[in-house]
Amino acid sequence: MWEKVKSFASEFFVTGDPMIYGADVSIVLVTLAIIVGLSYFKKWGWLWREWLTTVDHKKIGIMYIIASFIMLFRGGVDALLMRAQLAMPNMEFLAADHYNQVFTTHGVIMILFMAMPFMFGLFNVIVPLQIGARDVAYPFLNALSFWLFFSGAMLFNLSFVIGGSPDAGWLAYPPYSGLMHNPGVGQDFYIWGIQISGIGSLMTGINFIVTILKMRAPGMKLMKMPMFPWSVLSSCIAIIFSFPILTATLALLFLDRYAGAHFFTLDGGGNPMMYINLIWMWGHPEVYIIVLPAFGIFSEIVSTFAKKKLFGYKSMVFAMIIISVLSFLVWAHHFFTMGSGADVNAFFALTTMLIAIPTGVKVFNWLFTMFRGKITFETPMLWTIGFIPCFVTGGMTGVLLSVAPADFQFHNSYFLVAHFHHVIIGGVVFGYFAGLYYWWPKLFGFKLNERIGKWAFWLWNIGFYLCFMPQYVLGLMGMTRRVYTYGWDKGWWEMNLVSTIGAGFMGIAFLFQIWQIIYSVKHLKKDETGDPWNGRTLEWSIPSPAPLYNFATLPQVSDQDEWWEEKQRRANGQQVPAKPVLEPIHMPKNSGIPIVMSMCWFLAGFGFVFHWQWLTIPGLIGVVACMLVHSFNYNNDYYIPVDEITRTESELRKVTS
Amino acid sequence: MAQRNVNHAGQVSPAELHSEDHGHPDMEEMRKFGFWIYLMTDIIIFGTLFATYIVLKGNTNGGPGPADLFQIGGIIVSTFILLISSYTSGLAVLAMHKGNRQALMRWLGVTALLGAAFIAMEVNEFIHLVGEGATLSTSAFLSAFYTLVGTHGLHVLVGLVWMIAIIIQLGKHGITPVTKRKVHIISLFWHFLDVVWIFVFTIVYLMGVS
Repeated sequence: MWEKVKSFASEFFVTGDPMIYGADVSIVLVTLAIIVGLSYFKKWGWLWREWLTTVDHKKIGIMYIIASFIMLFRGGVDALLMRAQLAMPNMEFLAADHYNQVFTTHGVIMILFMAMPFMFGLFNVIVPLQIGARDVAYPFLNALSFWLFFSGAMLFNLSFVIGGSPDAGWLAYPPYSGLMHNPGVGQDFYIWGIQISGIGSLMTGINFIVTILKMRAPGMKLMKMPMFPWSVLSSCIAIIFSFPILTATLALLFLDRYAGAHFFTLDGGGNPMMYINLIWMWGHPEVYIIVLPAFGIFSEIVSTFAKKKLFGYKSMVFAMIIISVLSFLVWAHHFFTMGSGADVNAFFALTTMLIAIPTGVKVFNWLFTMFRGKITFETPMLWTIGFIPCFVTGGMTGVLLSVAPADFQFHNSYFLVAHFHHVIIGGVVFGYFAGLYYWWPKLFGFKLNERIGKWAFWLWNIGFYLCFMPQYVLGLMGMTRRVYTYGWDKGWWEMNLVSTIGAGFMGIAFLFQIWQIIYSVKHLKKDETGDPWNGRTLEWSIPSPAPLYNFATLPQVSDQDEWWEEKQRRANGQQVPAKPVLEPIHMPKNSGIPIVMSMCWFLAGFGFVFHWQWLTIPGLIGVVACMLVHSFNYNNDYYIPVDEITRTESELRKVTS
Repeated sequence: MAQRNVNHAGQVSPAELHSEDHGHPDMEEMRKFGFWIYLMTDIIIFGTLFATYIVLKGNTNGGPGPADLFQIGGIIVSTFILLISSYTSGLAVLAMHKGNRQALMRWLGVTALLGAAFIAMEVNEFIHLVGEGATLSTSAFLSAFYTLVGTHGLHVLVGLVWMIAIIIQLGKHGITPVTKRKVHIISLFWHFLDVVWIFVFTIVYLMGVS
């Protein structure tokens, strides 16, 4: 009996690596600390009522952002481990198989469990406020999306200590991710972690399309909508067309591994290149999905801090929609070397180059918005200004890569690694940071410390260029991606060492950001205005943080920058129209079903990973039961009475008005 | 965030409030709109599976091909069963518009029975094929076949459970704006599955045996 337990445990838990034992200990300690802390302060009920069962878009958004920061930490540690291994030739810090796991989890976590939730967090907290809505279209579904993401992320991260991490790269190309070459459970964790959170992403896409199309405040025509909701709309359109492909593709890979199917295997008539086509039909739109909202954020920030109307509003809208459509026509540029022939390669090279045009339009629009503006350089604006040259140069190396014949040289070299980090960090990460700094006061009612924020900004930027510029050179010198070590004879070590130092700078910059948050909470200076940046859009017209129902009365919109125009009207002494009479507000009730259902998905996924039907089947039954319970519940909304709204509003606005 | 602790027991009688318009969009219409978008995403899932099937259907790995396996007679019967079930689900919606709850529940019941018959025939076909040694792991063609047709069947099964749940809810609540929306959505879903089946029938079966 004891022997059985021992042999099971040695298979089940990842053993033999001191770093992983360290992780085991810290996971147990942190979990214990959380449980003890919550019990000691009697906070379980509070946590359940206020957060775990909430359907409030603002709280869900905050939970997304917290989760994404934790994932940024994990993905960042992965990055630093890789850079440490590559700092000098012949390092023996990480073994080859461990290195494979680290670059795989780094990629998956950064794109799917850091960038995506960060983006959804910003969608959630800001879009309803900007369009003058009281919540998203489907608040229950919104909570479910979050908890599905959370379950998927936890399942994926569990592979680090249980069973072993995936190691076939962030897109898990077969045949290497197939059963024949990868018999462990790591790839199954990959499939189910992404599958479960992917369903959540798809539902969020639907949710925000309907929210933006159907729930705008009266008078807000589509062409008067702020730019951020436009970017969210174009991103969500790409989500609903691309995520189903991911779902289907991962399901097929799972059938290959679980049920002996032959979609992507080397034997039985399978075709691995089919997978590579399918995964990039999702994968390429995916990178535009995460960068488009960043474009929206920059547009908002540029116009706020230049105190000017956004230049070229219409061209901005068209550029975003065109990017969203073109993103579906470029996927084969990820494998020009596959041998599809000159015609196919020429088509995909051209469509790829075309994307530079709408992107260029946007860059010029931002520049012209700043032109002759009274620019102030607070941290959100700094990130925006840092972004522009970074993204332009990163985009240019992308155009170089899009030249199919040249790509045969660049393909899978460090030149490529440098390119996609250049645009994803320079575009997405800088954009989301800018957005977080910009909207932080709206979320929490106080600004983050500017001085520490500027330190973080400069450290991030210096670190970024130090880290990735040498990688372009390394690529041209012949260093291929995913190598775990190299010899002294290659002549690569100087550039690699510089790159590692740059990565260290970014790690320190992240610590500065954490310190910035802690410092700002400790020295909290409450923002009483609700409008600390002299903003232009509706989210700044209400108190910070926004009350549960956002708007006591729905705003009437007549202009593009409605709040800015309203402030002008008030300054010009125009009569403020009398507020309409308050009415009871219809709100959705909290629900525990999303978190319970996601936990059932988690159990089912865990059962699939280990082929434990005794866990999979109850898990799936739980999922169906949750759906039915929700379907049979007809009592899921309530009204906030008028006197309560009056009370809340007078408390919130006693300083402002 | 203390100011967010709004009392969650707002005590106004919902009945009297539902009667007037509060400027917020019609919730039931919005849910239907969202379901249309969901159907678009489902089309992409099926599109991916169809594409995979078309790419892999020649890869029989020396095993049986479509012409060796499919018995078109049974397939035509199950096709007609599904088409008729789409018609009866349409009759259900018509009955709902007339406010006839009994007829509505009856027609939904007939639709569900036809759906169950369709699934039974499909399971029967799969058992027969497996009995002939044509399993999921025989060849890429059969992997793609079982996955595509099976995914459709799984959708029908989900629709079936869902439809029964709605029949029970109709029995409990009668025809209200909420149950009306639910009937509309399930019948949309059912018609959608019918359309997908037409493509399965054409691309997999008819083009397979021709």
